[in-house]
Amino acid sequence: MIDAVIVGAGPAGTCCAKKLAEAGFSVKVYEKRAEIGAPKRCGEGLSEASQNFVGKIPERCIAQRMKGARLYAPNGRYLDAILTEGGFILERKVFDKWLAEEAIKAGASVQANTFVSGLLKDSKGYYTGVKGEFMGNEFEEKARVVICATGAESPIRTQVLGVYSKVNLVDSCIQYEMTNVDMVPDMIHIYLSNILAPRGYVWVFPKGEHRANVGLGIVPQEKKPGAYMEEFFKEHPEISKGSIIEVNAGCVPVGGLVKDMVTNGFVLCGEAANHVNPIHGGGIKEAVISGQMAADVIGECLKKNDVSKTALSKYNDDWWELRGNHLKRVEKLRETLEKLSDQDLNDLVDALKPEDIIEFARGAKLSILAKVLMRKPRLVGIAMHLL
Amino acid sequence: MTWIININKCMRCGGCVSVCPTAALELRDNVIRDEKLCKLCGLCDQACPVDAIKVNKP
Ligand SMILES: Cc1cc2nc3c(=O)[nH]c(=O)nc-3n(C[C@H](O)[C@H](O)[C@H](O)COP(=O)(O)OP(=O)(O)OC[C@H]3O[C@@H](n4cnc5c(N)ncnc54)[C@H](O)[C@@H]3O)c2cc1C
Ligand code: SF4
Ligand code: SF4
Repeated sequence: MIDAVIVGAGPAGTCCAKKLAEAGFSVKVYEKRAEIGAPKRCGEGLSEASQNFVGKIPERCIAQRMKGARLYAPNGRYLDAILTEGGFILERKVFDKWLAEEAIKAGASVQANTFVSGLLKDSKGYYTGVKGEFMGNEFEEKARVVICATGAESPIRTQVLGVYSKVNLVDSCIQYEMTNVDMVPDMIHIYLSNILAPRGYVWVFPKGEHRANVGLGIVPQEKKPGAYMEEFFKEHPEISKGSIIEVNAGCVPVGGLVKDMVTNGFVLCGEAANHVNPIHGGGIKEAVISGQMAADVIGECLKKNDVSKTALSKYNDDWWELRGNHLKRVEKLRETLEKLSDQDLNDLVDALKPEDIIEFARGAKLSILAKVLMRKPRLVGIAMHLL
Repeated sequence: MTWIININKCMRCGGCVSVCPTAALELRDNVIRDEKLCKLCGLCDQACPVDAIKVNKP
């Protein structure tokens, strides 16, 4: 019997594994994909400040450094927000493998191409391990605690805790990795428009001089993201002239943060618990943080030999205090922004100063944002809502 | 049949799995559905980014 078994070798799973292994526990991570990190399901954007959690990111994981964001209003006008600390566009395929290597160096074991098909449960109702399949062979792995770091795509979270993503709280996304496109390479490009991307946005994340992740996310509906992308391409020949070298799809949760993420012998972390920033849909940093926080509490519980729901629920408390309450406010802000018409968005981009945007994306200082909105008569209603 | 997946369109992105309220779906090499659990609610059809699932509600 090992101490902990982790389902999924994304950032949440491997960062959790690393911390547990460093604390001296025996940990195994199972990943169903044949190659960790591939295919990517991500725009690959990450703030430099995330290194405070994940550690110094090696150069080989970084495709492009960013100094800020260019935010386009529906009318085409834009605003450059230069960050004091910049950001990266990663190579997720390399980054996720690096994180796995870090966990392995700390003493964890990681195995790709291994599908977890079910969980083991004892007579007292504690989860006690997993059933899996590797190269056609079935096996069982007993563990004192099971960590579900599967991302949003697994039924395990639904079976155990009833957690799933409400359809109106995901952004349905399509992304093309393209070469031979033209854009300013050291900025991420965000296009706001209810016509081009209802509720969501179009993103161009450069990965070098002429290569970029070009993606679009929308509230799920009959008209699919690919059809919206065609319309974006018509208006942007500098992008559509490029070639598509990879296609990615996915649904990213932009709400529905989970209140209760534990039960006896079982913990959810990362995107499996919908830990994603509800405004921009970034989930890497949140996955890293929640994986690490889960590891801290699980470590304490293993030491005391108590992995009951009551003992593990310290992770609920810690996570909500450090991240949940903040992300909840960001979700409120997204709900407000959703109500903006294209004319409002034009006014907003005109009214904002670059510094405002940075606070804005962080979901901080909403009262300052409200004051900015007050400068434009059309936006007063929204400002009132924020105050 | 009232739940149909076009495996030539499917991107294996797992979006459908993430929104299924009954844990009827699972993503392995392909999306597989447990007929006994599926309520034919159509949420997977709505969420799919590439229109690979068609659910005709009963
Ligand atoms: C189109 C799109 C663009 C995005 N862009 C960004 C971005 O630019 N920046 C950002 O920060 N975030 C972005 N995100 C979100 C981000 O990719 C995720 O939130 C992040 O990867 C979550 O990390 P995780 O470790 O929780 O889950 P994941 O990275 O999804 O890892 C979970 C792993 O578990 C494995 N798994 C699942 N079930 C099983 C099983 N039964 N057995 C074994 N293994 C299993 C999966 O194969 C997967 O590898 C984007 C998402 C989408 C869809
Ligand atoms: S129709 Fe509803 S219950 Fe059936 S697989 Fe799709 S989301 Fe799940
Ligand atoms: S959401 Fe659509 S493309 Fe993605 S796995 Fe499901 S059926 Fe396939």
